[in-house]
Amino acid sequence: MALPMVDAVIIGAGAGGPVVAKELVSAGWRVVLLERGKWNTPWDCLKDDLHNQRNSTLGNPFGPEDEGNPRVIVSMDGRETITAPWEGGYSNNAACVGGGTLSYGAMAWRFHPNDFRMASQYGVPAGSTLADWPISYDELEPYYEKAEWEMGVSGDDSNNPFKGPRKKPLPMPPVTPQGHEFELLDKGARKLGLHPFHIPMLRNSIPYNGRPACMRCRWCVGFACEVDAKNGTQNTVLPVALKTGRLELRTECMVKEIVTDARGHASGVRYFDREGESWEQPARVVICSGGAIESARLLLNSATATFPHGLGNRYDWVGRNLQGHTYTGAWGLFDEITYDDLGPGATIAISDFNHGNPGMRGGGVLCNEFIRLPYQFLGARPPEVPRWGQGFKDWLRLAYRRTISVMGPTQEMPVFDSRVQIDPRVRDKYGIPVARLSGPRHPHTLEISAIQAKHAEDWLKAAGAVKTWLKLSGQGTSGGQHQAGTCRMGNDPQTSVVDRDCRVHDLDNVYVVDASVNVTNGGFNPALTILANAYRVGERIAKTQARGRG
Amino acid sequence: MTAEEAHTLEAWCECLIPEDADPGARRAGAVRYIDIQLTRKFKRHRKAYTQAIAALDGLARQRHRTTFAALSFEDRTALLTAFEKSNGKAFDMVLDHTLQGYLGSPRHGGNRDYASWRMVGVPPMPVRGRLQYSLEEAASRGGLS
Repeated sequence: MALPMVDAVIIGAGAGGPVVAKELVSAGWRVVLLERGKWNTPWDCLKDDLHNQRNSTLGNPFGPEDEGNPRVIVSMDGRETITAPWEGGYSNNAACVGGGTLSYGAMAWRFHPNDFRMASQYGVPAGSTLADWPISYDELEPYYEKAEWEMGVSGDDSNNPFKGPRKKPLPMPPVTPQGHEFELLDKGARKLGLHPFHIPMLRNSIPYNGRPACMRCRWCVGFACEVDAKNGTQNTVLPVALKTGRLELRTECMVKEIVTDARGHASGVRYFDREGESWEQPARVVICSGGAIESARLLLNSATATFPHGLGNRYDWVGRNLQGHTYTGAWGLFDEITYDDLGPGATIAISDFNHGNPGMRGGGVLCNEFIRLPYQFLGARPPEVPRWGQGFKDWLRLAYRRTISVMGPTQEMPVFDSRVQIDPRVRDKYGIPVARLSGPRHPHTLEISAIQAKHAEDWLKAAGAVKTWLKLSGQGTSGGQHQAGTCRMGNDPQTSVVDRDCRVHDLDNVYVVDASVNVTNGGFNPALTILANAYRVGERIAKTQARGRG
Repeated sequence: MTAEEAHTLEAWCECLIPEDADPGARRAGAVRYIDIQLTRKFKRHRKAYTQAIAALDGLARQRHRTTFAALSFEDRTALLTAFEKSNGKAFDMVLDHTLQGYLGSPRHGGNRDYASWRMVGVPPMPVRGRLQYSLEEAASRGGLS
């Protein structure tokens, strides 16, 4: 059934969609925002260490629902597994209003200027599709600032000599006190001649935007904040956009396809509502913000006679270059108690190893880890400690409050064959073909991440660790919550999917606005870059596309 | 689970995390956690549990002519060490679930009275923010921490 025409329909209320929505309604547009998940609150998750978005042993509180949303994972040796969202390998982020920004740890990194020019900086390693972005740090800088001030970022990177130029400081100071891990690691880093500083976070350290400060609890990353001190799209841009009266948010609506004509023009989208009823939403502009896996899936599922391989896929680039972040680092055991039960835990970073170090094209930021819940600590077991029995219990009791973890995201070398496809057989509960993930990590990514783990270990030793051990990465398709790269932004339609405005090359009114467009994924958590780019693209769409009257 | 199966499983879990000055998996209620989850998220593991428990008891009978639970702690540990090698998949499943029941939120039936959290020195649920958990539960622990 067809609905009245609107100026824009946006698919996905995660990081990208609501920012674009806010920019468009602020320019007078009438917008419909479709979200497949619900508007969740902290009450949908409670403080449950086995049932949250970071540890989904007993399920994902913030979607997608455990039943009816499978994906197919192809292992390195070609075995296919049908996985549910709460199982390993699914590469789940979230499916709810706010998307990952509802329950993230909220690190608010600007990418480094060199993150946008990786190929010209380092050359392209064999077997990689490494390339420069068509936009620079300088072009994105005003929008980083806008995201930081509109949504609210705390922290202090004035001590970081490696950062790109910024015109304005962050709007909020770091949370205080920073905690015992900060003190130890700060001293250790300085001893090594490194440059430690306070992690920027989309988190209120003081009341901001009418919401209170972080209460320093243990249930942070993976959980929705129960005092609303974490800043996601659901409590910042979205309420502002809804207040204009020009945005309609429809939850539990799953888009099946983007509707296009033979001229390369989209007329709207077809979607299922929560009752399974099918609707058609006509729109002058279509914006796809479903995340790197679901956006690619939607473009591929929108094939027509004119676009037989899916939208924007004339040269077979849609779904390619799936990447995320290979996390590596180290643990250190200390004589003294290091645990102080203060969230968010992650407080200190060094950016010394993001660029210009031997043996690495790029690198990544290193930070102390978020505060841990006891079940999560199992991952920290050193290789010589038994998995069970008295020896295991003794270690758990001794080490829990004396262990610090330093980790970081490794900037990945994109691989053409690491990809999202649509599965020829498996369908979701709506009957829509599901995403099929396959392909390796680049060997150089693993080389970089191994070097980074050693840097983390050195830092812990300098901080006073009496024993250290490494956390290294396995193989396997990358993606996860930092999934990116599947609809590459570029100037050449033959080697990218969207142009510098994030408009799909083949179509005059379809955009992709999420981490799919990231050419490379930086050596940092990508949230702030997604938000900043969404502000940039939202402004461009309002300037370059015509809206209807009224 | 039958009473006998539960009895074997409890002895198994207790071997994985034995009691000392602090409660082990038995007192922390790991079996209760598994039993509850077998009716929910772990439904698909029901058959695997029946088979795993039968296999372990079978090995005990073969080597010691008695059930697993009737063995001494030392014999159980030696038997489980062998079982870990011969029946790795079943062993890993029970170990994973035992650790969940031992360390996870008491909401799911394990970690009775926050036994493991007390052991590692982490305060149980502090009462802060908007109180998403029941005050009654907090009060029953003998005061609000």
